[in-house]
Amino acid sequence: MVPVTFGDDLSAMSDRLDELYEGLFGEDDDPLDQWATRTIVTTMLPLLAVLSVLQMVSGSVLQAFEETLLAYPALLVLVPVQIGTAGNLASIMCARLSTQLHLGTFELDPSNPDVRANTLAILGLAATVFLVVGIAAWAIGRVLGGDLALLAVLTISMVSGMALAVLVVVLSLLSVWGSFRLGYDPDDTTIPLVTNVCDIVGVLLLFGVASVVI
Amino acid sequence: MPHDTALEVYRSALPVILVSLVAGLFAGTILGSETMRAGIESVPGLLLLLPAFLATRGSVYGSLGARLSSGLHQGVIEPRFEADERLVNAVVASFINGMAVSVFIACVAFLVLVVSGREGSLLQLVGIMLIAGFLSALLMLSVLVSVVFVGYRRGFDPDNLIGPLVTTLGDVFGVFFLLVGVLIVGWFL
Repeated sequence: MVPVTFGDDLSAMSDRLDELYEGLFGEDDDPLDQWATRTIVTTMLPLLAVLSVLQMVSGSVLQAFEETLLAYPALLVLVPVQIGTAGNLASIMCARLSTQLHLGTFELDPSNPDVRANTLAILGLAATVFLVVGIAAWAIGRVLGGDLALLAVLTISMVSGMALAVLVVVLSLLSVWGSFRLGYDPDDTTIPLVTNVCDIVGVLLLFGVASVVI
Repeated sequence: MPHDTALEVYRSALPVILVSLVAGLFAGTILGSETMRAGIESVPGLLLLLPAFLATRGSVYGSLGARLSSGLHQGVIEPRFEADERLVNAVVASFINGMAVSVFIACVAFLVLVVSGREGSLLQLVGIMLIAGFLSALLMLSVLVSVVFVGYRRGFDPDNLIGPLVTTLGDVFGVFFLLVGVLIVGWFL
């Protein structure tokens, strides 16, 4: 099974880092202590390394659109907001669904009242944010010397933003349900998973829509 | 327990979302500025490493914040600015993580450039990441420890402060320090 091998690789990396750390900085007094520098470094670094490699996907997309981005500063303004909002919406949705799972009110069913309320709220938040962001990015882009029309920037921000919100909802529902079925606590697994996937897909969607509109 | 209503969820989440929106616009404005655009043109690979740099900032300092918050709740650390062993360990570990992953990102970005047949300078990318990583570590570590401790002493749950703090400061200053790194390295290389 893929997740198991992945986890094994990570813990093997973690073990090797542990040895490396010992070689570099010497033994800690109590290596098993959760608050030992070495424990924190060797558990976090492999995850950070994997995360950086994954983020190269969105980096490559940005790089591929370098000329468009330099020509239209409004698009550059959209990038951090797009990435940040995807992560925020995903962590809100996952945290709420996980809590409902723990309370026993969660089910993977579109007619479930909690699922409905959260889905509607996420879509509403996305609509608010991406409307404001579209207008703001257009205005800032103007000041920075770009010449994209308001309608173009607004279309890019709203279409890619709402598509992203739908993705956040679907992925959050599936990952909370999936991690429950696989026996993991969704509080630990879903937020890092969904936020990172949505970060990457957010950039892809942004440029997918932008290349159609411009 | 009564069911959530969409409006309640919307209302409770809106402030945090709006704060991070404003921060994102600041970060975006720095990114879209003329100086930064000139930097993007002159440093091949800068856009490539941007998302990884921002995302790892969030993870390193978000996890430190969560650790401090749990430590305070459990009573294993005290909200005082003293050289407590656990606190020092956690701060040093975040610093090592932040710096190590910054250099790693520069190397991976360079590899991607080489593999995709583009030109790039490893020294330039590592230099920029070291400066940006170091400056953001100084800022994030001092602000995070201060806000979590002061917030806790004033009766706020630090769990509610960390998320918005790390995303807003991390993104705005991440992009800003990246620009500083580009400028400083530009004088030497």
